[in-house]
Amino acid sequence: MKINNVILRTVTKISVFIILTLAVYLFFAGHNSPGGGFIAGLVLAAAFVLLFLVYDMDTIRKGIPIDFKKIAAFGAFLAVGTGFGAFVFDVPFLTQSFDYFEVPFFGEVELSTVTIFEAGVSFAVVGVVITIILSISEDV
Amino acid sequence: MGTLNFIVLIPFLAAIFIPLFYKKGSRLHIGLLPMIVAVSLFIYLLTYIPQIANGKTFLHTISWIPSYGINFTTYLDGLSLILALLITGIGTLVILYSIYYLSENEQLGHFYTYLMLFMGAMLGVVLSDNMMGLYVFWELTSISSFLLIAFWYQRKRSREGAQKSLLITVSGGFGMLVGFLMIYSMTGTMSVREVIQIMPGMTDHGLFVPAMLLILLGAFTKSAQFPFHIWLPDAMEAPTPVSAYLHSATMVKAGIYLVARFTPVFGGDGIWFWVVTGVGLFTLFWGSFQAVRQTDLKALLAFSTVSQLGMIMSMFGMGSVALNFGYSTESVFYSQATFAALFHLVNHSTFKGALFMVVGIVDHEVGTRDIRRLGGLATIMPITFTISLIGSFSMAGLPPFNGFLSKEMFFQAAVDITELGLFHMDTIGNLIPILAWVASIFTFVYSMIIVFQTFLGPYREERLERPASEGPGGMLISPVILAAFVVLIFFMPNVLGNYIIRPAVESVFPTLAAEVDLGVKISAWHGLNTALWMTIGVIVLGILLYSFPKAWRWIYAIFPTGWSLNSLYNFTLEQGVKFSRTFTNGYMTGLLRHYMMYIYLFFIVLVAGAFILTGSYDFTISGNAEISTFEWIIAMTLIIAAVSILFAKSRLTAILLNSVLGYGVALFFVIFRAPDLALTQMVIETVTTVLFLVAYYFLPEWKREKETRRINMSKLFVSIGVGATFTVVALAVQNNRLFERISTYFENSYELAGGRNIVNTILSDFRGFDTMLEVVVLLIAGLGVYSIIKLKAGKRGDKLENQ
Repeated sequence: MKINNVILRTVTKISVFIILTLAVYLFFAGHNSPGGGFIAGLVLAAAFVLLFLVYDMDTIRKGIPIDFKKIAAFGAFLAVGTGFGAFVFDVPFLTQSFDYFEVPFFGEVELSTVTIFEAGVSFAVVGVVITIILSISEDV
Repeated sequence: MGTLNFIVLIPFLAAIFIPLFYKKGSRLHIGLLPMIVAVSLFIYLLTYIPQIANGKTFLHTISWIPSYGINFTTYLDGLSLILALLITGIGTLVILYSIYYLSENEQLGHFYTYLMLFMGAMLGVVLSDNMMGLYVFWELTSISSFLLIAFWYQRKRSREGAQKSLLITVSGGFGMLVGFLMIYSMTGTMSVREVIQIMPGMTDHGLFVPAMLLILLGAFTKSAQFPFHIWLPDAMEAPTPVSAYLHSATMVKAGIYLVARFTPVFGGDGIWFWVVTGVGLFTLFWGSFQAVRQTDLKALLAFSTVSQLGMIMSMFGMGSVALNFGYSTESVFYSQATFAALFHLVNHSTFKGALFMVVGIVDHEVGTRDIRRLGGLATIMPITFTISLIGSFSMAGLPPFNGFLSKEMFFQAAVDITELGLFHMDTIGNLIPILAWVASIFTFVYSMIIVFQTFLGPYREERLERPASEGPGGMLISPVILAAFVVLIFFMPNVLGNYIIRPAVESVFPTLAAEVDLGVKISAWHGLNTALWMTIGVIVLGILLYSFPKAWRWIYAIFPTGWSLNSLYNFTLEQGVKFSRTFTNGYMTGLLRHYMMYIYLFFIVLVAGAFILTGSYDFTISGNAEISTFEWIIAMTLIIAAVSILFAKSRLTAILLNSVLGYGVALFFVIFRAPDLALTQMVIETVTTVLFLVAYYFLPEWKREKETRRINMSKLFVSIGVGATFTVVALAVQNNRLFERISTYFENSYELAGGRNIVNTILSDFRGFDTMLEVVVLLIAGLGVYSIIKLKAGKRGDKLENQ
């Protein structure tokens, strides 16, 4: 049975970008407003899942040739790594730090090591969710 | 950052990078990277020698979990320096050797990763001052040893040997952990240095002896002391460089290190003296006695390692009595045994390392290590022969090699200890020198076997796998260096003694060291004393026993073969597997509903139980806000959705109804102004719905379950119980009876963590540890799902196993 889902596909093409942008926004907003690494990771995963649902798996695989297992491992590595990174500055494990910098054009910007930790969380979440969904659905 | 802490972490970093750099068939050998790491660490540690020799120590703390006193503290004194130098020095030589030993087709990336993991863990063991840190690194050495023994995992014997070593050393390590916790409860500190200061006043404490015995259990299992030695011979299934490194030079010395480290804590006590000395001496005897009958060269070396470790252990036991006297001439007198122990520790690493490498070369060149097939290699492999001659003669205790010096000191200590008027020494104490002497005769015999049965006698090429030839130059470098040390130390023992061993003795006896110089002048000739006569006796009797083996070999027949420690181990393992299988099959029914029942029952008992016991289940709803119409509508929708799941005809409907529940709750979050939760709930709901849909594709048609009335009733009971518990918890949460309110702490998150979003700062900053571990758990779960599905059993066939 062949389903005609032209409308879904067309809508997806556009909305995926909106979702991805939202994910990026949520990631950076997380520090002071609702959002954060975990949610951003889930939203990213949702965008990918939508793609996999609407198009078939091979097409997306070809378009986004990423091994999500590696993404997940990289995320966990990053999150744990920031913990050890604290050692380099002679402070207790997992100590995070932040400061405010003057950046041209953007004005005063807060830079924080938590962002790296959060990025690790995001990557791990995306990687694991997609890995699980893909491996279950491929097991036919 | 303390450079000492870095020393421990660098090998771990290298372990991370090796798999990234490893490419099969690249021009630069991957072994070069770990070798550079090891050699630079070794050189760096060498620079510490002058300061350590002057009595300085180095300490650096990095807080890990300060609230529990668990820190990553490194402490470098004479004792740790000796071990650290051995770990990096022998490590360098072994890596160099392994580059030529292992073929390019092996999984070299794995090999060097494990090796670096081990080196880091081992450095962690000897440099940690915190007992928890020590424990973690201790178990890491067991794990890396497991991985290295099972390096050729296609072989059944490798896997069994790896399992055996892991089971024995890890259970011993677990006992040690309990011992540490006991010490913590006694002294209130995790730092070994502080324990050393507090403990002498607590010898009457009820936990003193149990803690001591448990720590000794850890030490004895690791250092392969009788009756736990059985794992070491089986560990010889590992590649020879691993045997030379882990199972003779470093890891098995960890137990000895632990005994030395805790000598100032427990030493001077009669039980400590007798257990350490007794077990050590018996191991010395038993190991050498068993070594003589081995036909595999590596097995022979394994038993000889067991025996030598027992010898070092017993010397630490004898030395510990020095702490019983306080400061006096007697205490200095007895502390010489400890000096001898540390001296022999270094010597053993040099000659045994060389011997293992020699055996590896022989095995590599002719394809067998069975002494019944070997013979006459002396002319074909002259360099290998010379090295093995030096190594074996040193082990046998002959001059002019370093083993002679430490063996003499050992005899001297064994004779001296009989004069001790304590701990019933005047009665059974006389056994000590006798046992030491008898064991040394066997040591002499097996040392001769190694040299003469391998290298002399007729050369029979037809019995070998391939014709013999001298090993490649690269493989010879490391054993030649070690053999050179064997000779060099004999002629210049006092350089080693003054700069490295004396500071180590001082760290074993910190109280004595403050008063008096604990150095010992080592000399090759010290008159015709008892020790020298004992050595002469060993040589004469040893030659006789070696020449007429038939006259006494019947002794081995006395011991029944069915009643060995190995059969006890196998029996225990079999019974354990059988028992756990029946037990697990008893409750693991394979029915999901049973598992759900376990979880829910446990939940009810735990949570409802806690609420009832503490009386914190009461609540008032009078102060609550009014429920608006909108909220009523959502609540009713949720109830209807929940109830209709029960009547759904297909799984698809059930999934969709379930997600109605989820989105409804998200709506509640929106109304109650919890945007973070609402967002999370929405996205989670979306993703899990897809996950359910994907997973349910594989499930059969949904059928009505036909159950008896009793089972249905029990399900009803559990469901109502869970629902009621949840409701009560949700309502009672406001009364703060069970826990204090902690939210005020997080309110100034902006100053503390630089973020205005409290939820997020809690997640990633205040409770960052939790989040980090959750991420790791998530990864493990993901990999678990992936490997369960992708690597199903039977796909690859079972020809990989059981070779």
